[in-house]
Amino acid sequence: MTPSNQPYNDLKSKLLADFQAAEERMNGASKSALHQLRRDALSQFDRLGFPTIKNEEWKYTNVGSLIKEVFEFNAPAQVTAEDLASLETARLEGNVLYFVNGRYQPQLSQIVSPAEQMTISTFSEAVQNRPEVIGQYFAQYADYHENAFTALNTAFADEGVVIHVPARKTVEAPTILRFISDGRQMNVASQPRNLFIVEANADIKVAESFRTLGDQASFTNVVTEIVVCEDARMEYYKIQNESDMAYHIGTTQVYQKDRSHFYSATVTLDGGFIRNNLNIALDGQHCESHMYGLYFPNGRQHIDNHTLVDHRKPNAYSNELYKGILEDRATGVFNGKIFVRQEAQKTNAYQSCKNVVLSNDATMNTKPQLEIFADDVKCSHGTTTGKLNEEAVFYLRSRGIPKDEAQMLLMYAFAEDVIRQIKIDALREQIERRIQAKLAR
Amino acid sequence: MLTISNLQASIGEKEILKGINLTVNAGEVHAIMGPNGSGKSTLASVLAGREDYEVTGGTVQFDGKDLLDMAPEERAAEGIFLAFQYPVEIPGVSTTNFLKTAMNEIRKYRGLDPLDAVQFLKLMKEKMKLVNIDQSLLSRSLNEGFSGGEKKRNEIFQMAMLEPRLAILDETDSGLDIDALRIVAEGVNQLRSPERATIVVTHYQRLLDYIVPDYVHVLYKGRIVKSGPKELAFELEEKGYDWIKAEVETA
Repeated sequence: MTPSNQPYNDLKSKLLADFQAAEERMNGASKSALHQLRRDALSQFDRLGFPTIKNEEWKYTNVGSLIKEVFEFNAPAQVTAEDLASLETARLEGNVLYFVNGRYQPQLSQIVSPAEQMTISTFSEAVQNRPEVIGQYFAQYADYHENAFTALNTAFADEGVVIHVPARKTVEAPTILRFISDGRQMNVASQPRNLFIVEANADIKVAESFRTLGDQASFTNVVTEIVVCEDARMEYYKIQNESDMAYHIGTTQVYQKDRSHFYSATVTLDGGFIRNNLNIALDGQHCESHMYGLYFPNGRQHIDNHTLVDHRKPNAYSNELYKGILEDRATGVFNGKIFVRQEAQKTNAYQSCKNVVLSNDATMNTKPQLEIFADDVKCSHGTTTGKLNEEAVFYLRSRGIPKDEAQMLLMYAFAEDVIRQIKIDALREQIERRIQAKLAR
Repeated sequence: MLTISNLQASIGEKEILKGINLTVNAGEVHAIMGPNGSGKSTLASVLAGREDYEVTGGTVQFDGKDLLDMAPEERAAEGIFLAFQYPVEIPGVSTTNFLKTAMNEIRKYRGLDPLDAVQFLKLMKEKMKLVNIDQSLLSRSLNEGFSGGEKKRNEIFQMAMLEPRLAILDETDSGLDIDALRIVAEGVNQLRSPERATIVVTHYQRLLDYIVPDYVHVLYKGRIVKSGPKELAFELEEKGYDWIKAEVETA
């Protein structure tokens, strides 16, 4: 047995050893089906290894510097309400669950929705109390055979949030999950694992927020699996506002059944190195999927959004709009893949990615990919990358609006298409304030 | 009010204005006419502060201040308004919102309190009637998907709201049908007063039937080659520009 504080020459061997050490402490529990699944995921991680830029999916996102860092995966979580005040989070009337360095913080959290509207618990509680739910859904959607980070998260999955909305229930209050990396003392890492099941004709709004404290490096490797059943409706927001020292790799895996509607907005305000995967399988007829994204990198921030829309059944609709504003030496990536399988006739799938690059040193890489195997479909895609419209700036200035303000007005108008898709008012207003503050600086 | 002396301007290597002299006093309407490519729109743009042009010589005084030293927004706040030949479409910004921002920035520059929502709406209602523009148009994104006539009317509406001391209309008549032309001219005429002046840049005399100028200047190859009373416009309409060109070439 290797003590966990021994230095390893790389992150991968450290993680493999950590897993083994944890397993040895488990005694009988290591024979459980859940653990067998984790072990399988670990072997996939071992086989895959961290991706290099030779991997087409990671061509513009080099995780080299991430895997050179040393992180504490079990950092203490000692955060008070006063510490959180510095984050100026929006006050939300709803269910608010706090996690610090991956650990649930009940003293900071509140659950207001009645139990008959939904079951909400931490992942570890669900493993104890609702093993049938975990057994049925966990790791059934987010494929850990192709993506090393998903495999890693699956192997170590022990905390996060499990939400189950019974059929025909409308959860009125929004739910916001706040994941905070406390990097005030040391480099920290966490691997949240979430599972949301929205049963037939139910309705829920969930937001995931990612924040950091302190200026040490943090690494968040999050996986969220979402199942939206027949006629159900879900709004899902992912809001990232992390430090320049933050590494974030996330996968949201959505599975939709007949006539379900899924709305999502991914807003990245700040963060050093970010990769978001949003994968949606439309495995039902007459489904709808709406995906919005907004990213604002400056300095040397890197933000990569990969989306995959998999149309498996006929008569479904998907629409995607991602927008970016890039400053300084920032880099951005948008990779949008749309599959339309042979069976998925009468699919309507639209995709658009628009970028404003404010500096000559900023770079945006866009790659739309359409793979269409059905012959009666409507699909379109388009990407644009350009500077702020100088003629428009002059027009506004000629009416008395100072240059900085004119540019801000235009950038805000550009971002507005996405911002207004956030239907949780307090959250949207908070994001508006942050965007205005970032634009003004 | 406005004194232009020996103004020279180029775009890239190309010299476009080659020494313009023009004085505009309060209360006057000046028409600047001339064949295509003579520099009419360049003059309008340089006065408004478009940065594509480089001023290579001369001076422009506006109420005794050095206009060329001011940013476009300062010129606007000092009371200069350019009605664009091609108004820009700006998605996501409504005319109402934009105008409120503009008005309050100008008021701030002048040391005035901002207009509140009620005062602004009242003023807007009043000016909307003037140019016969519809509320629904003003709630939409600025100029986005507007017809040519709607864009020009929106320019005049903005002018009516901002009440500039010097309005410069850059080919505001181009592409307008006769009804739109009348509405635009009506808007301009209502603003005429002893304190204000207008420069109408146009290729054709047609607009001048409705906005009657005090002076007409002919711009050719970057210089004002002929000035005269409003009758000069009729002469140009009748005889075209060739006789002017001939006069210049033989001189």
